[in-house]
Amino acid sequence: MEISLTVNGTEHTADVPDNSLLVEIIRERLNLTGTHVGCDTSQCGACTIHMNGCSVKSCTVLAGQADGADITTIEGIGTVDALHPMQEAFRENHALQCGFCTPGMIMSAIDLVEKGKPLDEQSVREGLEGNLCRCTGYHNIVKAVLDAQDKM
Amino acid sequence: MYRFNYHKPDDMDAAQQLMVDAEDGVYLSGGMTLIPTLKARLASPTDVIDLSGLALAGIELADDRLTIGALTLHSEVAAGNDISSLSNLASSIGDAQVRNRGTIGGSIANSDPGADYPAAVIALGATINTTAGAIDADDFFRGLFETALEPGAIVTSVTFPLPGRAAYEKFPNPASRYAVVGVMVAETNGEVRVGVTGAGPCAYRQRNFEQALADNFSVAALDGLEVDYAEFNSDIHASAEYRGHLVGVMARRAVAQMT
Amino acid sequence: MTSETGIGAAVKRKEDARFITGAGHYTDDINQPGQLYAVFVRSMYPRAEIRSIDVSSALAMEDVVAVYTGADLAADEIGDLPCGWMVKSKDGSDMIQPPHPPIAVSLVNYVGEPYAMVVAETLQAARDGAEAVAADFDELPAVVDLGSAHGADQIHDAAPGNQCYDWELGDREATDAAFASADHVTSLDIVNNRLIPNAMEPRAAVGMYEAASGNYTLYTTSQNPHLERLVLAAFVNVAAESKLRVVAPDVGGGFGSKIFVYAEETAVIWAAGKLGCAIKWRADRSESFLADAHGRDHLTRAELALKADGTFVGLRVKTVANMGAYLSLFASSVPTYLYGTLLAGQYRTPAIYVEVQSVFTNTAPVDAYRGAGRPEATYVVERLVETAARELGKDPAEIRRLNFIQPEDFPYETPVALTYDTGDYDASLKKAIELIGYDGFADRKASSEAAGKKRGIGFSCYIEACGLAPSQVALSLGAGVGLFESAEVRVDVTGSVSVMTGCHSHGQGHETTFAQIVSDKLGIPFDNVDVVHGDTGRSDYGLGTYGSRSLVVGGSAIVKATDKVIAKSRKIAAHMLESTEENVDFEEGTFSVTDSNQSITFPEVAFSAYVPGNYPLDELEPGLSEKAFYDPENFTYPAGAHICEVEVDPETGTVEIVNFVAVDDFGEIINPMIVAGQVHGGLAQGIGQALLEHGIYDESGQLVTGSYMDYTMPRADDMPNFVVDTTVTPCTHNPLGSKGCGEAGAIGSTAAVMNALTDALGVVDVPMPASPETVWRAMEGE
Repeated sequence: MEISLTVNGTEHTADVPDNSLLVEIIRERLNLTGTHVGCDTSQCGACTIHMNGCSVKSCTVLAGQADGADITTIEGIGTVDALHPMQEAFRENHALQCGFCTPGMIMSAIDLVEKGKPLDEQSVREGLEGNLCRCTGYHNIVKAVLDAQDKM
Repeated sequence: MYRFNYHKPDDMDAAQQLMVDAEDGVYLSGGMTLIPTLKARLASPTDVIDLSGLALAGIELADDRLTIGALTLHSEVAAGNDISSLSNLASSIGDAQVRNRGTIGGSIANSDPGADYPAAVIALGATINTTAGAIDADDFFRGLFETALEPGAIVTSVTFPLPGRAAYEKFPNPASRYAVVGVMVAETNGEVRVGVTGAGPCAYRQRNFEQALADNFSVAALDGLEVDYAEFNSDIHASAEYRGHLVGVMARRAVAQMT
Repeated sequence: MTSETGIGAAVKRKEDARFITGAGHYTDDINQPGQLYAVFVRSMYPRAEIRSIDVSSALAMEDVVAVYTGADLAADEIGDLPCGWMVKSKDGSDMIQPPHPPIAVSLVNYVGEPYAMVVAETLQAARDGAEAVAADFDELPAVVDLGSAHGADQIHDAAPGNQCYDWELGDREATDAAFASADHVTSLDIVNNRLIPNAMEPRAAVGMYEAASGNYTLYTTSQNPHLERLVLAAFVNVAAESKLRVVAPDVGGGFGSKIFVYAEETAVIWAAGKLGCAIKWRADRSESFLADAHGRDHLTRAELALKADGTFVGLRVKTVANMGAYLSLFASSVPTYLYGTLLAGQYRTPAIYVEVQSVFTNTAPVDAYRGAGRPEATYVVERLVETAARELGKDPAEIRRLNFIQPEDFPYETPVALTYDTGDYDASLKKAIELIGYDGFADRKASSEAAGKKRGIGFSCYIEACGLAPSQVALSLGAGVGLFESAEVRVDVTGSVSVMTGCHSHGQGHETTFAQIVSDKLGIPFDNVDVVHGDTGRSDYGLGTYGSRSLVVGGSAIVKATDKVIAKSRKIAAHMLESTEENVDFEEGTFSVTDSNQSITFPEVAFSAYVPGNYPLDELEPGLSEKAFYDPENFTYPAGAHICEVEVDPETGTVEIVNFVAVDDFGEIINPMIVAGQVHGGLAQGIGQALLEHGIYDESGQLVTGSYMDYTMPRADDMPNFVVDTTVTPCTHNPLGSKGCGEAGAIGSTAAVMNALTDALGVVDVPMPASPETVWRAMEGE
């Protein structure tokens, strides 16, 4: 099937098998490998991107469901020279170690803050329920999100 | 995943025709249950029929009844509406990313024992509107993964009468965060209903709790009441006996929210 | 400059730039033109004989290129996956190493064991092909329960009673005598629950072979690429060592599970050679659950003998350890030399005796997982000590203080083979007690009780042995390899520096900390130091990253190499400054003649080394690049005090950690931010073991916890904020004075949590993980 989608501001058209997943299109067709696959039961959140402005697990979206969608991946929210405040906060607060969960965690955290409700430690922890990290114990991730909240 | 044909019809008749024509078709709403199932190769439909092109989302209040379109996202219900216990329930489903995709229609059409909405559908005495007619809450959930939905029929919306008061308490599975036990207690037009999900093969009403609360709507009224857990689910996270215990605990906490 | 980025500074990490922008380069991100895809066919039976495998249907499918079975590898004389540590039993006999072909040939011994590999043009075709492989099995009775494995059906012909070894350490007679004359004996039956490591990045491999050069290249998720290369070349016979390059690019966590040489990358690189192309494989998470090495899984009877006043007089431990179906690369060492040797703990217990029987079962192989043996030892000791304190009516801090090895006792030779170099255990304990507000606990408990909740507090004063390892000690104890580390400090013509290390970084931040060390010592900007790791084509042979060894062994090698660079530079500077070495000082990147204003910078010296005009060529070779191989004198001994406070909801059995304090002594610290992060991560895993995680096989040998639906991973809302701090007694025997910090969090914490929980409930023991139902039943008295 042919689908069209906007990714990080650029329109793409692709002819993909009907049973393709959005994460496969992102990683393999568009070569945006910052979005990661960490599990097969839609529970780890490493594949989290923004679809039409909301955080979504790209491993659980079929190609056809993404047709016409506006997608933002980790590559689209900031660059090394112009980091998004959330990216900056992660670095400042040592909120990553191996980096594998980090893109998904950052995308979830951005959506959490952008939802607008003022966050505290507890609500950040609950808000990141959908993202697993094995390295950091979450302590510094929570710090980073609260830090970024002030700057976003 | 196995291969399949994907369709996104833009009206109801087309959707149902696709289902009729398919060798082995399945409807797709949010995909939070279906897609992981397909990825695990636990199902091999020939055709996946995406319902998101049908105008089935939205929340409307009319005559003290709240109608939620089948394709309304959990995040949309969680954002707040006239039934606060329902938005609380929706905000407890899955995680943020799941709530941005999962729908009420998809959640109840499966009769998944771990889903949250069935407790509310039952406790609030909702009506499930489908392309093959309306079904009462009490008739909808038949068994494990079994509903009263006609083959090929599509859930279009769920209508909830506004309760006088209602509250939901959930004990989540520590791993999957599905409901091990979820209890909604609601009093609507003088009638008390207690809807339980997670504990049994499908959502049901805890009748002895309803009777006790009808006499005396208080936490104390539930003291000493037995829950028959003989047919309850049992797994490594929660035995049937423990679930039986939790039904009482969650019900008391739900009542405590309201008293 | 140096103070902001030098040793001791909380420098922000160099690694982060690529990780936070999605520019990391993990193995699955690597694609080769024309690559094929591999999918493994895995056993659904825990134990069976393979009668036949029919690959014809799979081979006939569109886009399937090849289907290989164990027989194909055997025909090419591919060797078994080895175990690299020979442990001897009490009677002097060698441990039993049953055959372990990478791909099963005639027997399968755990659910998930691979018995065929499909290689296809697309991943879809490979998955479809894998389903089409038809195999015939004769099921055999599976041995699943650890406790009864010894007497059950014999899994391997080579291992009667399913026993791998029956090992001992310590003085049995002295210990028995101590028990015979003790005033009090505290005993516990302890189950150390099986865990599944679950690094967030699943294992993966991209194997390539170029016929024209005969070169093999393997990109894989390894914590130790040189070791992977050595084993694949010398033991498994995949390729000559010189023709095999192994690259571990960015790796998304390891925690031990990515140390070992596995079936998958072995088969992938071998098949790449057969087909003359590139082949890619990535584990699905469900495969990670089935086929990554698991951790822990001990049954232990532990006894502590005491005098009436609480002085420890003897410790006796008997453990049965699960090896799983086959011996993984380091499996044998984990419940022996990494476990028994830590049973002295922080205490002066004079008599200790430990016996460990390791057995095979039809489950996934078990090997090192964060802490590897030391969490198990700490759990035994610290649960016994806390329980003894309760039985004797003593304060848990006081009973420990009574028995601590004192600062003046060091170096202290324990009854279980180790010599601790230095420590101050009371300093950590004191700080931890202050930070948790121990004095206020009684009031907090009363408040909790008034609110209908139970509250408890628990201690864990742990020590561990890491910085693996002094080679001759390790080799004499049965290791098959030395455990030194390599470093090359290569100065560029323009004065920047590349540091090649045999260690790897998969979250530990070595690109930052190693650069801090070199930049500090050479007095050059931190940004001018580049750390290279993970590539056998670029770094000398080293042993990789695990066992909290990278800083203390790898970093020490870097210090030695840097010292050599400085020594040579001094000679060059002396020549350029027309002085003598003795009169040339080096400080903050500048060489100067003592008591004069003549000076020259390090970059100027470097330039001169490569453009040797004003240069003593008659005495000194040009160039400025030095290597060192550092073999540690001893293990290092981080130690500390963890205190946990919990609140329990009696209605549901839910346990909340309301406070967790960790005060650790890691010796000298290079980057406190990174150290705190390592502790946080370790604490989450230790708490995870106590309250959440369990790898469970049912009686029929099926892995019940085979996905995140059932295996409870710690999530953000399961964890509290941690309070971490440090005390410092520098390591006496390495140039950094550091002890290592990577595993301590996971080592100390589990016992602290369970001590707190048992305190809250007023019971002797609660099984791990203490899930809500488990706690609820413990309260109901079941």
